[in-house]
Amino acid sequence: MSINEVNTHVIPFRFEYHAPTSLKEAADLLSRYRGEAALLAGGTDLLVKAKQRLVEPRHVINIKSVKELNGIEEKGDGVDIGAATKLRAIEKSDIVKDRLPALQEAAKSIGSVQIRNMATIGGNLCNASPAADSATALLALDAKACVISSEGGRTLPIEEFFLGPGQTAMKSNELLAKLSLPILQDGSGAAFMKISRTSLDIATVNIAIMLRLDDDIVIDCRIALGAVAPTPIRVWKAEETLKGKKLTDKTLQATGKMVSESVNPITDIRATAEYRREVSAALLRDALMIARDRALRRWEE
Amino acid sequence: MRIEFTINGRKKQFDIEPNQLLINLLRENLYLTGTKYGCGIGMCGACTVLVDGDPVLSCLTLAADVHGKDVRTIEGLAEGKNLNILQESFLEEGAVQCGYCIPGFIMTSSALLKETSTPTEEEIKEYLKGNFCRCTGYINIIKAVKRAAEKSQK
Repeated sequence: MSINEVNTHVIPFRFEYHAPTSLKEAADLLSRYRGEAALLAGGTDLLVKAKQRLVEPRHVINIKSVKELNGIEEKGDGVDIGAATKLRAIEKSDIVKDRLPALQEAAKSIGSVQIRNMATIGGNLCNASPAADSATALLALDAKACVISSEGGRTLPIEEFFLGPGQTAMKSNELLAKLSLPILQDGSGAAFMKISRTSLDIATVNIAIMLRLDDDIVIDCRIALGAVAPTPIRVWKAEETLKGKKLTDKTLQATGKMVSESVNPITDIRATAEYRREVSAALLRDALMIARDRALRRWEE
Repeated sequence: MRIEFTINGRKKQFDIEPNQLLINLLRENLYLTGTKYGCGIGMCGACTVLVDGDPVLSCLTLAADVHGKDVRTIEGLAEGKNLNILQESFLEEGAVQCGYCIPGFIMTSSALLKETSTPTEEEIKEYLKGNFCRCTGYINIIKAVKRAAEKSQK
């Protein structure tokens, strides 16, 4: 978008504003105005699109004050994160820092302090950008998305949440309520990394990895990449190849090659498809090394 | 619709349109023109104000959304005719050239110093990376924030 093409000083259409305080109220409003409503959380995506008339909802439902959608809670061997929890709160949360450091790295890498004070993790996911940093981290951390409507709720693995650029598996009467993540098992380490033109820019490529080691042998792993396909993706083939192996140079090289071949990037203003393929392999090696160090450190503890 | 919020320490009520942006309410209804319009899409930080103490972008905030909240702009920093420490330090370090970005920088910096009383240069750069300046090259802005931090320690 060129900022001169549109007047970004105003939102050039009228809408009705709703500010529900409970989840039930929010779900009821969404179902009453089905198809004509947009959910407002941080506003950093919605209002930019509204200024350009890329979206023109008749009803805006501000879900920021819905209590059930806010907060980070440790529950047994998992962590629940409300969808309207701000990225800044995730970045600063001790629970996330201790239990899910890769998610903290992803949250911290998004935009500026101002953006993170506004933007929410649910918004980052529902906007469904192929480059969404939190999405890549959640894929590697095996998150589940809890979605609700006035008719009830359902839970889906985060792999099934993204359908394409800007498209999720949610129906127009559903809203994302929370994310449930298992905490890392013993001997596991995770890492998030990204390449971007400047530290404020959207990722050119991002990666998140979870690695579980026994001694030096990979017993489980998840590899997720963003901005290299129409949605954030898991690279299952590379994961399978790594299992049961030591992280030798040879293994790393072979896995890197496999990742380069498995991704399906496009050429855009940020990078060429070829560059994204190369960088995917390089990021994979770097992120695997970090995840390995962290996994070994957890073993020692 | 009717909203009520605290602006620079004073509670006020307004009749607003739901699609009205906070920055336009501040500039056009309250004549608080210190807050500047830069890019309008959340890239430049010129419109930064504090909402409940946190720096946010007033060009991407609905006025309706600050109902019941505490908003502070650059006009709310000085006490009477006495500039606050950050404003003073920006002048002393010559951190201002054209000046358009400075209210945003000062609002963001004031939140930084609340969180971290003696930030390192790296911490200052990281915290201020959402504020763009096209004149100064940032050097004197960083110096000014450091100076303000030192002064607040005394």
